[in-house]
Amino acid sequence: MGLALLVIIWLITFVSTYFFAAKTWWLPHGASTSTPWIDHQFALTYLLMGIVFVAAQGALGLFVWQYRDRGTATKVTYSHGNTRMEVIWTALTAILFIGLNLMGSPIWASERFAPAEVGSVPVEVTGMQFAWYFRYPGADGKFGRTDPKLMDPSAGNEAALGLDTADPAAKDDIVTGTMYLPVNRQVDLTLRAVDVIHSFFVPQMRFKQDAVPGLIIHMHFTPTEVGEYEIACAELCGLGHYKMHGMLHVVSQEDFDKWLATREAEKQ
Amino acid sequence: MATSATIHSHAPQGFIRKYIFSLDHKVIGLQYYFLALVAVFVGMLLSILMRVHMIWPTAVLPLVGEIKPETYLSLLTMHGTIMVFFVLTTAPQGGFGNYFLPIQIGAPDMAFPVLNMLSFWTTFVAFVTILAAFFVTGGAPLHGWTGYAPLSALTNSGPGEQLGADLWITSIAIFCIASLMGALNFITTTLDLRAKGMTMMRMPLTVWAWFVTAILGLLAFGVLLSAGILLLLDRNLGTSFYIPLVVVNGQVMGHRGGSPLLWQHLFWFFGHPEVYIAILPGMGVASQLLSTFSRKPIFGYKAMVYAIMAIGFLGFMVWGHHMFMSGMSPYTAFAFSLMTMAIGVPSAIKTFNWLGTIHGGRVRFQTPMLYAIGFVSLFVSGGLSGPFLAQPVLDIPLHDTAFVVGHFHLIMGVAAIFGMFAGTYYWFPKMFGRMMNETWGRIHFVITLVGTYCIFMPMHYLGMAGQPRRYSQFTELAYLKHLIPLNEFMTYAAIVTVAAQLIFVINLFWSMFKGPKASDNPWESTTLEWTTATPPPHDNFGGRTPVVHHGPYEYSVPGAPRDYVMQTDPPTVASH
Repeated sequence: MGLALLVIIWLITFVSTYFFAAKTWWLPHGASTSTPWIDHQFALTYLLMGIVFVAAQGALGLFVWQYRDRGTATKVTYSHGNTRMEVIWTALTAILFIGLNLMGSPIWASERFAPAEVGSVPVEVTGMQFAWYFRYPGADGKFGRTDPKLMDPSAGNEAALGLDTADPAAKDDIVTGTMYLPVNRQVDLTLRAVDVIHSFFVPQMRFKQDAVPGLIIHMHFTPTEVGEYEIACAELCGLGHYKMHGMLHVVSQEDFDKWLATREAEKQ
Repeated sequence: MATSATIHSHAPQGFIRKYIFSLDHKVIGLQYYFLALVAVFVGMLLSILMRVHMIWPTAVLPLVGEIKPETYLSLLTMHGTIMVFFVLTTAPQGGFGNYFLPIQIGAPDMAFPVLNMLSFWTTFVAFVTILAAFFVTGGAPLHGWTGYAPLSALTNSGPGEQLGADLWITSIAIFCIASLMGALNFITTTLDLRAKGMTMMRMPLTVWAWFVTAILGLLAFGVLLSAGILLLLDRNLGTSFYIPLVVVNGQVMGHRGGSPLLWQHLFWFFGHPEVYIAILPGMGVASQLLSTFSRKPIFGYKAMVYAIMAIGFLGFMVWGHHMFMSGMSPYTAFAFSLMTMAIGVPSAIKTFNWLGTIHGGRVRFQTPMLYAIGFVSLFVSGGLSGPFLAQPVLDIPLHDTAFVVGHFHLIMGVAAIFGMFAGTYYWFPKMFGRMMNETWGRIHFVITLVGTYCIFMPMHYLGMAGQPRRYSQFTELAYLKHLIPLNEFMTYAAIVTVAAQLIFVINLFWSMFKGPKASDNPWESTTLEWTTATPPPHDNFGGRTPVVHHGPYEYSVPGAPRDYVMQTDPPTVASH
């Protein structure tokens, strides 16, 4: 049974590690400025934890086989432990875990502490059961007033958000179900939710943030590649959670301007 | 003490007093155990229905019919709640703790036998209440076991959010009350009823684990109880603790100014210690068994005790790591993240000490030991994904994905369950006076170990690839489609693994009546439960009061006549 255990534990370790190392399933291709930082921290954590994983499972499998009961001939080391060893591995673990944590901190700080830079594209993202809406403030750069009493989800877009057309600032606001962003420009996100908590998850932007009713949350990211990226909802929001998705189109600045102009024209 | 002695000088007669409303901690322990056994099969059945729905969304199942996406969410809510409360909290602590904590410290019963009985029957009422949620109009709630507000606090946020959700939170509140009673009993018993010579530092690590778990329960369940009452008020009396101004499907609700994050703080202030409530007893059992079956003292007994305390203490300072993406201030993430990494240190110490215990020993591969070894393997695997999730920056890709589901299933789900299997195979002879079948035990072990890895290891890959958790189908998002074959594999693995649990149940009940008779100490263990008759008499030690002279893990002591020194052996047997 000792040998069987060794084989089983080593096999589990090998197969699990193989699929990580071969990157059979890995983080999706990233296309934002934070991708290299986050992916590097992930790879580093993976490497260090992978080494510990293989070492610990390897030792477990080896020990149970090596120290199996071989009858009375087996000599047992009578020992209650070894304080020096305890101190060494406690210190090593503490350095490993806390060091890893400190290394990741600057990335977190740059993602979440600093406000969006001047000149970034303002977009308001609103989650509601079960759709994402994106609002652009128009030429005046100001988001107009919305009124909960005016919200009509069945009508979609502007009406779904309850945009109050009596407000001059609301007149040029554009609301869409598809997100457009210019490439290589930071987006200044304002996240809201009207009913329950949703989570704005764009795997390829390495971006995730809950949208919480009652809170207005400011975030930012910068897409770096033209393309189409899927948006998911990552917080359980009700029966349609699995199909609450949207699409992010990252386009060139000209295409973005053209798209905005077309939408403005449609609105008038 | 005097009271419990009077109550217990005569064993009660009659079926109802003896087996139903029993005051005997052993009977109550078994009641908890069998309640958890029923609950775990309900929970497993729900998980199989979920996995089947993920792969064959339109399949029409016998008895159940077609599972709708909202039904899937009800299944996952009930699966999580039943497993966490009625299995992971109930069996290791209420079951084994109740049965063996008093015996292992040399007490005739728990400190408060009536409270103990009440605690079980309150748990039972909670279990019936949660099952009732399946049968009311609208069905069971769909807000997940974490019940995030406002989804859980509004009655029109989805199917199951009417009476079903009220029953859900009521059940949890009742469970909290039961757990508070149990926790008080465990703490008092450990502090006051230890036999002569049973100093704190001679207590088996199982007792330490149950003791610290009880302290965690006492501090955590009170908070959840309050949180649950506020949720009931929001749902039924129009208060706004958790609900700000919200518009549900075009309808402006009457609530104003509440905070959805308040629920998350209160819930996780309970929820994170709860993780340790589930796993600490398993750690205790693993320590006990690794020492016993390696025929070697536990490596670093004191370090193990301090590690249990450190885990318990730090366990209350890490709840915010569930909320890095919640909209909570990003500055707090630093503190919560650092504390979380810190709690990895005592966990690692325990793992090193388990390996150190096996090293240089003489390992006997009886079924209980196989499960203890499996526990260590799963604890390592589930533990090492922790440092990923503890880093806020890695939560950006990983939070609320299948990676998290894989992480907590390995460590607080399957590892804890391996602790229970280990405990069952180990203590079965003491509880029922017969041995379980070894061959079937081994077969059950191999299938369960390999099977659970096949189910839960791939979840990490899915999470890395961005598969969000709590998705009933993967057809809506194009980037998830290539993950469907892996999901299929996991479903097959789940069906095989769940089917293999029948081996365990058959072995359990068959051995109860037909297994070979067990001796008083079949594993040649050292702790007090092995000094008494099998099964133990009503007052545990048949009128004797044990006196303890040795530490709990004196195996292979040089110069001793046998390779183990019982805790009650005379001091002259061995000097150490």
